[in-house]
Amino acid sequence: MTTHAALNDRDPSFVEEVQRASEQNLSLCYQCGNCTAGCPLTFAYDLPVNKIIRLLQTGQKQAVLSSKAIWLCASCETCTTRCPNNIDVARIMDTLRHMARLEGLVAEPPVRAFWESFLDSVRRHGRVFELGCMASYIGKTGKVFTDADLAPTALSKGKLPLRPHNIKGLDEIRGIFARNQERLA
Amino acid sequence: MNVPRLAYYPGCSGQGSSREYDLSTRVMCADMDLELIDIPDWSCCGATPAHAVDHLLSASLVARNMAIAEEMGVSGIVTPCPSCLKNFKSTQRRMRRPDFHAAVEKLLGRSLRADLPVMSVLQVVAEQGVRTLPDRIKNPLTGLKVVPYYGCLMNRPPDVMAFDDPENPMALDNLLLALGAEVLPFPLKVECCGASLGVTKRQIVMRLSGRILDCAETMGAQAVVTACPMCQMNLDMRQAQVNRANQSNHHIPVFYYSQLIGLATGLDDRQIGLERLCVSPRPVLASLNGENREARS
Amino acid sequence: MRIGVFVCHCGSNIEATVDTVAVAEAARDFPEVVFATDAMYACSEPGQAGIVEAIRENDLDGVVVASCSPRMHEATFRRTLERAGLNKYLFEMANIREHVSWVGKDRTANTGKAIDLVRIAAAKLRCDAPLYPAEFEVSKRVLVIGGGVAGIQAALDCADGGIEVVLVEREPSIGGKMSKLDKTFPTVDCSSCILGPRMVDISQHPLITLYTLSEVEEVGGFVGNFTVKVRRKAAYVDWEACTGCGLCMEKCPSKRVSDRFNEGIGKTTAINIPFPQAIPKKASIDAQGCLMLTKGKCGVCAKVCPAKAIDFTQQDSFVEEKVGAIIAATGYDLFDFAKYGEYGGGRYPDVITSLQYERLLSASGPTGGHIKRPSDGKEPRDIVFIQCVGSRDKSIGRPYCSGFCCMYTAKQTILTKDHLPDSQSYVFYMDIRAPGKLYDEFTRRAMEDYGARYIRGRVSAIQPRNGRYLIKGADTLLGEQVQIEADMVVLAVGAEAAVGAPALAEKLRISYDAYGFFLEGHPKLKPVETNTAGVYLAGACQGPKDIPASVAQGSAAAGKVLSLFSKDKLASDPQVSAVNLQRCVGCAKCASTCPFGAIEMTVFRGQNKASVIETVCQGCGICTVTCPQGAIQLRHFTDNQLLAEVHALCPY
Repeated sequence: MTTHAALNDRDPSFVEEVQRASEQNLSLCYQCGNCTAGCPLTFAYDLPVNKIIRLLQTGQKQAVLSSKAIWLCASCETCTTRCPNNIDVARIMDTLRHMARLEGLVAEPPVRAFWESFLDSVRRHGRVFELGCMASYIGKTGKVFTDADLAPTALSKGKLPLRPHNIKGLDEIRGIFARNQERLA
Repeated sequence: MNVPRLAYYPGCSGQGSSREYDLSTRVMCADMDLELIDIPDWSCCGATPAHAVDHLLSASLVARNMAIAEEMGVSGIVTPCPSCLKNFKSTQRRMRRPDFHAAVEKLLGRSLRADLPVMSVLQVVAEQGVRTLPDRIKNPLTGLKVVPYYGCLMNRPPDVMAFDDPENPMALDNLLLALGAEVLPFPLKVECCGASLGVTKRQIVMRLSGRILDCAETMGAQAVVTACPMCQMNLDMRQAQVNRANQSNHHIPVFYYSQLIGLATGLDDRQIGLERLCVSPRPVLASLNGENREARS
Repeated sequence: MRIGVFVCHCGSNIEATVDTVAVAEAARDFPEVVFATDAMYACSEPGQAGIVEAIRENDLDGVVVASCSPRMHEATFRRTLERAGLNKYLFEMANIREHVSWVGKDRTANTGKAIDLVRIAAAKLRCDAPLYPAEFEVSKRVLVIGGGVAGIQAALDCADGGIEVVLVEREPSIGGKMSKLDKTFPTVDCSSCILGPRMVDISQHPLITLYTLSEVEEVGGFVGNFTVKVRRKAAYVDWEACTGCGLCMEKCPSKRVSDRFNEGIGKTTAINIPFPQAIPKKASIDAQGCLMLTKGKCGVCAKVCPAKAIDFTQQDSFVEEKVGAIIAATGYDLFDFAKYGEYGGGRYPDVITSLQYERLLSASGPTGGHIKRPSDGKEPRDIVFIQCVGSRDKSIGRPYCSGFCCMYTAKQTILTKDHLPDSQSYVFYMDIRAPGKLYDEFTRRAMEDYGARYIRGRVSAIQPRNGRYLIKGADTLLGEQVQIEADMVVLAVGAEAAVGAPALAEKLRISYDAYGFFLEGHPKLKPVETNTAGVYLAGACQGPKDIPASVAQGSAAAGKVLSLFSKDKLASDPQVSAVNLQRCVGCAKCASTCPFGAIEMTVFRGQNKASVIETVCQGCGICTVTCPQGAIQLRHFTDNQLLAEVHALCPY
């Protein structure tokens, strides 16, 4: 993927916002590539993680928030653990996910769909109802056969409850979600 | 945490895809006189989706459980799931900031201190339970070649998880050695299995988990042992998918450590949920007993 | 008094935020001030000339200069007063730069503060008395601590300059880290060939006394008159008799002792001569590995030694040396990469340090100069070098650059190609630091002529795989993850302060930084001096540096010592404490609180009185605060002088 990193296109407010939300100082990064070197998902990314940080440093908002990489990150924390400058790279990736979603820039729709199905399930029941979560995901993405092959085994081993369990304090959970919606609006 | 009166946070997958982990954890702890009291009406911590979407939402979902636990008169909270554990620990850390603490209380609608120590069950077992372990072993796992697989979240980042060495953790290794097993030095013990991307981008898990199974096989391991429901599912439930995708032929059982402790200390197979493992452990366990029988004769 | 006040602009440094003309004008009204002016740069030649002229024209007998910190120019202006014929202690400085113009922007407030500071300086000056330094004898002998290349250079330069040298080295042989190197950059000179002759010169020089396997135990005294106690550790061999024939090494049955000289890569015998060019070439016994010393068995070496030199009963002994100056040249040690769990933390046998690799390259090393994998003895084909292991890394508390690793890594890739023409070297780097003469050209040679593949990026992890190693790195110029399978990995570990450096610093009463490197007197202008008179630094003990820089500092330190000794007597600082015998009641509280041991109790006319040893007193003033009678006063900072400042500042 080629990006036009014209440095006078630097968006300083974007850089500041990322630094504030992630509580990380981006100028600590000297682009050593350690994060990319250890990242198990690099093979699947469109941009390696050190390049995401470099694009961040040069304030290239569009390039960063439209990348697929931020959605495919597994939050394995290898980058954070090994960074020689103690930068919490995983937290920056989380921050970028938050911002991309709020801007409507979702380069990997199935990942977003899964998260939303998951959280939807939490909101409805208080705990994740795995079957319901999958059904919702299939509904959102149309990928009807997702893990269909696992269902028989899971069922036969009693690992796929067919009915959800609703917690008593469901109102509390719903309240959290509702107030959060308001806050972000 | 000296007096083991602990609040237990089972985690959502323990009710479904990692049922045997919850079952075996409970009987193992009971057998060790570690009292686990379920957090009443506990709710989901949000796992990865919550913190990937909003940190305040994630913290609030966690905080509800911490608030309930604070009323229980316990000395700490334990959970078997590293993802839940990470959410609890990060939330506690972030809530040390007064503004964040206030924001969480506002979103949650409850007030809380957020200061109860949270640990993995593994840590409690490794630090305390292991003292009584040697006396309780009835069937040592002699001759069983295992590789311990820790995964990502249990020990990373080290300043948050505060447990074992992030590059070469030894808690599982030492536990398994204490059970009499032959523990092979696994170079991929902290490599990522692909986590929840199995649903959305299966090829990622096929590659990452496939690599772990390949390495275990090359080393001659008879079983993989883990302490994470996500990892176990990727390596066990998805093993058939891995075989198809990578044209491999693995039949390596993937135990939860609690199950092996249960086996060694003579707990009932059903109690520890052995039958719920997708890749059957029967062949490996049979050869193990066979060897033991030969050794004894 | 007739006081002159000079207010310096310091260009715009002071003038930008302080109205110096107004300060001078205000000063004219101070008591006993007869002359006040402002100057552009008081410390410059015309500035100083202006002060001398003003002193003569106005018959001044005391001077206040309002300018920078006394730490900058107190000595300068004192010399100016001397040139004008005044006693140099009739001088006060008001710091209106570091304490005023540099810390505030409000010109009005600053000017007011500057005026106050000049006021109190003038008030103190009115109470100042002329002081006269005493002289004391100097012992024209120098102690050099550390026998690496810097210490060797310093010792030879001092000895060639005609002064006696005592050289103390804690290893059994001198030579330091340089003696462990195979070749040196950028000339690829053989290290022993260039260092060896210098080492022999040390042993042959009539003015040099060499104590190896020895450490400095205690240091007492002061510049010109240090008393040093040296511990000579037991070698269990009589070095007067030992001829260095090496027969003991051949016969010793205890062959599993970790070889310290070879950086632990390989084993040696309990009794050993560290390397063939060792100076002195004498055997010594590693007590922990020796069967006789641990279990009372064996004793073969004693039986075969033709010179009957073995002595299992030998003890540590002590020697006292009196010297006038000390040069610390204790060098460095290497970062222990056990902290890098992702590189195996020391558990992988073929992941070694650069110095261990150097020993494999060396013909006098454990493999006779053949590069072999420690695990199976096979020749490696693919070798990965990783730079910046333990340097430029905030996460492990080593943010600094070690300065020579880029160079020695390039050298090692060149040597590897010479030894193993079919091999392929890879270097993972973040930057290439090659600032010296012919340095950059040298690194380019490694890449252009010797086929070393340089990859810009760090390595995240090393994983053993099928007897080889998988290196997971990145190529940031390509923007990709790269993985290499290699037979061996060499880590360019960073330099740290030598083990035991802080403890030695405390004995020498010098400062050290957060990493244990000794602190120089001024980072720019005094690289080989310390803040302790008579103690100098040379080489890597002051900070990581390469061989030419270490040699240069060795000569520089020797130069400092030779100039110190160019006079027969030294002047002592008169700003020391003095006891008023009439007031002193002999309670000895001052003697017990003095951190330097500079006060002794004597008997004067049958009564106990305190007495200051002027050459040891550092002028800290603790005794003056302790004394309940006010009997002991610090000259130039007496209670009355300080109170004069307070009264001038707080008139209400």
